[in-house]
Amino acid sequence: MASTIAEKILARAAGEDPATVSPGDHLICDIDMAMSHDLGTDGVMEHLEEMGVEELWDPSRIVCPMDHVAPSHTVEDANQKSRIRRFVEEHGIENFYDVGTGICHEVMVEKGHVRPGELVVGTDSHTTSYGAFGAAGTGIGFTDMAYVYATGQNWFRVPETIRFDVSGTFGKRVSSKDLLLQIAGEFGTDVARYRAVEYAGEAIEDLALDDRFTLSNMTIELGGKFGFTPVDEAVTEFVDERTDEPYEPQRADDDAEYEAVYELDADELRPKVAKPHRVENVVDVDEVVDVELDQVFIGSCTNGKFEDLKAAADVIEGNEVARGTRFIVTPASREIYAKAEREGLIRTFTDAGATITNSTCGACIGMGMGVIGDDEVCLAAQNRNFQGRMGADSSEIYLSSPETAAASAITGRITDPTEV
Amino acid sequence: MRGTAYVFGDEVNTDVITPSDYFGQPIEVMAEHIFEPERPGFAEEIEDGDFVVAGEHFGSGSSRESAPMAIQAAGIGCVIAESFSRIFYRNSIVIGLPALTVEGATDHISEGDVLTVDFDSATIENETTGETLDFEPLPREVQQIFDAGGIIEHYRQHPEGLRIDD
Ligand code: SF4
Repeated sequence: MASTIAEKILARAAGEDPATVSPGDHLICDIDMAMSHDLGTDGVMEHLEEMGVEELWDPSRIVCPMDHVAPSHTVEDANQKSRIRRFVEEHGIENFYDVGTGICHEVMVEKGHVRPGELVVGTDSHTTSYGAFGAAGTGIGFTDMAYVYATGQNWFRVPETIRFDVSGTFGKRVSSKDLLLQIAGEFGTDVARYRAVEYAGEAIEDLALDDRFTLSNMTIELGGKFGFTPVDEAVTEFVDERTDEPYEPQRADDDAEYEAVYELDADELRPKVAKPHRVENVVDVDEVVDVELDQVFIGSCTNGKFEDLKAAADVIEGNEVARGTRFIVTPASREIYAKAEREGLIRTFTDAGATITNSTCGACIGMGMGVIGDDEVCLAAQNRNFQGRMGADSSEIYLSSPETAAASAITGRITDPTEV
Repeated sequence: MRGTAYVFGDEVNTDVITPSDYFGQPIEVMAEHIFEPERPGFAEEIEDGDFVVAGEHFGSGSSRESAPMAIQAAGIGCVIAESFSRIFYRNSIVIGLPALTVEGATDHISEGDVLTVDFDSATIENETTGETLDFEPLPREVQQIFDAGGIIEHYRQHPEGLRIDD
C-alpha cells in the first residue's frame, strides 16, 4: 500500500513496514528527539520525581530551551529557572539553551535538532513547526513527556492525511501567513483535526524556509497533528549545516491516499486578518481598515523569523510609528537578532520608533514584553487571538502577516500593506 | 458515574478552561477558576461527579495539561464532547480523566440534564430525556494506560514500557 509522509515516519519509528500501517492504527513509537521549554521542563521534572525516575532515557536526545518567561520577571520564576539549570546539570542534558537563545521551536531547528524523517515531540502545541523540515513534530503534555524522558517511547494514532495544493505565486506583500489565515477562514479551524497535513504545489515550493515554517507552525491552529512542507535542497542544506547526524527524508508515494485534497491559488490571495477571538474569524484586510490600534506586535515562533522581520522592515522603512500606538518587535532567536542587526533591519525598526525586545515568547502569551491592558486592541503577527491571551480579558487581538502589522504600525489603524 | 450536565458550545479553548491569570498557581487554585472567562462562578456551581458537555473541538489551543487537570481537580467526573482537540484528548488519557466522544452530544444533552455514564457498555443514559447515547470506547493500546490510572501509575507498574499483546 502506498503511504503518506506521516504513515512512513510513524511506521519507521514503530519498527513497522509502512505498507502495513493505516490511519486509525495505534503504534508504540521510539522518539528521535524530545523538547521541553521552561514552563514544560518544570512540569516534566515534577512528574519524573513522582514516577521515581533517576536516570533519563537518553540525555543527548533531550533539548531544554528557556523561552516562555525570559528573562525572569519574578523571584518565583527565577527560582524555577534555577531548578531547571540544576536538573539539566544533574542529568547531563547538553542541549540546554538558557534565556535569550530564542523561542524553543526556532532554537530546535537552528541548533540542528530537527531532521527530516524523524519523530519529534515537544511540550508545546506549535511543535508542528518541524514539518517544514520534514520531521513529524507534535505537541504532548508534561506527563506524557515525563514518560518519554523516562522510556524514549509513547503511543501514537496514525492520522489521516489531508493535502493543500497551492498553485500560482504570492503577490507583493502577500505571504504564507495570509495563506494560512485564508485556509483557516475558508475551511475552518478543525479542517485538520487529528490529521496530518501536507502542503504542496509550486507556490509552496517557491517559499523561503522561514515562510514554510509559518504554515507548519500554524497547522495546530487548523487542529492538525503534523504539518509537512516538501523536503528539498533548501531543507537538506540547512540541516546539513547544523548537524552531522544521519537522517532519512520521507516523501509521500505518488498514489498515497489522502482523506481530502484542497486546491488554492496564491495569485488570488489578499492580505488577511483574523478578528477576535478566533483564528477562523478571517476577513480581507479591507473589511477592518478602521480598527484603531493601541499596540502592534511582530514576533513569536510564527512571525519572529528573519524573513518576517525583513518583510516588515521593508514596509516600515522611512516611516514612523503612529502616535498613540506601541510597536513591539521580538526576533525569534538571538541568531535572527544578530542577522537582522547585520543587515540593518534593527536600525530600520528603531529609526521608525519600534521597541525591539530580546528573543522570548513574551507578548505572544501575555507573560511579558508587551502585555495588553483592559479594552486595548492589538494587531499581532503571531498565531493566536484567543480571549485574554496577551493580557486583559477585555482586550482584543487581531492577527495578520508581518507586512500588514508593519503597515498598521505606521497609521495606528489596521492598514492594507499593498497600499503603503 | 452519575451527575448533572453543564453544556458549553463549540471550540472551548484552553485559555477559557484555565485562564492565563492563574498560570503557575497550584492546580487547586486553577480549579477554582475554570471556565471563568465564559462562566464566572462555575467552580462553585458544580458538585463532584458532574459533567462538562461540549460541542466540537473541546480543549483547543495550547498543550497545557493544566486544562484537564484543573477540570479533574474541580471534581468534574468526565467531559463529554462531540470532538476534542488532539492534545486535550491525549492529556486527559494521561491523567485518567474520561474524555468521551459522543456524536451530536449537545443536540441530545441540555443544561441540567441528569446523566449516568456506563463504561462497560460505553453508553450514557440521559435520565431527563430517557435517551441512551453511545460513546467511542478507547483503543486497546491506550486502554492499558487508563486502566492503570494514568501513565504515571502505568510506569510504576510496568517500567519496561507500553505493551500490546495480541
Ligand atoms: S512564541 Fe507563542 S506560540 Fe510560540 S512557543 Fe512561544 S508562547 Fe507558544
